[in-house]
Amino acid sequence: MTNAILMGSGADNIDFMIHGLFSYELFGHTVWITTSHVCILIVMLILIVFAIIANRKIKHATEVPDTFQNIIELIVEKLGGIVGGVMGKNAPKFVNYISTIFIFILMSNISGLFGLRPPTADYGTTLALGLITFFLIHINQFRYQKPKTIWRDMCSPLPPWLPIWLPINLISEVAVPISLSLRLFANVLSGTVMMALIYGLLSKIAIIWPAALHVYFDLFSGAIQTYVFCMLTMTYINQAMETED
Amino acid sequence: MNITGEDLILACSAIGAGLAVIAGIGPGIGQGIAAGHAAGAVGRNPGAKSDITSTMLLGQAVAETTGLYGLLVAMLLLFVKPLV
Repeated sequence: MTNAILMGSGADNIDFMIHGLFSYELFGHTVWITTSHVCILIVMLILIVFAIIANRKIKHATEVPDTFQNIIELIVEKLGGIVGGVMGKNAPKFVNYISTIFIFILMSNISGLFGLRPPTADYGTTLALGLITFFLIHINQFRYQKPKTIWRDMCSPLPPWLPIWLPINLISEVAVPISLSLRLFANVLSGTVMMALIYGLLSKIAIIWPAALHVYFDLFSGAIQTYVFCMLTMTYINQAMETED
Repeated sequence: MNITGEDLILACSAIGAGLAVIAGIGPGIGQGIAAGHAAGAVGRNPGAKSDITSTMLLGQAVAETTGLYGLLVAMLLLFVKPLV
């Protein structure tokens, strides 16, 4: 009914929602397997197959690299360069994790090109990624900083014996994963919705020109948001690991 | 013509969604300012173009967040229908 209010007559073929495929009972709750799960499994399968092939290739690496080996080396070097440029001396600990989520988010965002519903257009996926960042920040903070320093940072504009500012700082800590995940989610969702509206409402004249919009919404926006997510994750973790000497 | 309470709530949700996406004005202005300053910076120092571009895109993507919150509120009002 809302669709009818929104879009007038041609609203039947507009579809950007998550669909449940089948459900099962788990401890009294109904759990749905949705299109997001299927798409995320497809993305994971592609990445795993690529990783296995790349691993075989690198084990038999040649002195003069051929095309595929060149591509692998380029990817690893570029990602290492990005992580090294932001994290400096902490880079070796995190280059594997950051590269993994970079490739995963990038593949998820551009999977809209291949007819899938991007898994990152589901808030469950991005919230999980945001929570991993949140726990990485705080585990590293407790590992590398003294409790006294953390307490002083938490009461930051006022002196440590006057914790009036503590609740506000705690809220700003909790806001980090929420804003990280919502930013990624809303960007990818807006692209998905726009493409669904164009294909649904203008289906008669949507012949070739939506390709340009795909380049913007899927490739450009997806790549920028991937970069931003990884950049902010690295900046926050690096900030948490800073020790004052 | 009978207007039930649910119809009224749906109509008001649509108006609310329209009002919520006015939040897009702010990020538009902010991103324009960032792009303008980046263009000026490239004009002064063309050698640092790649650094300036990546910094500008990062800042713009972060500034976009508030507009996206407005979009999310509009989408929730239209499709999840929390008030009905």
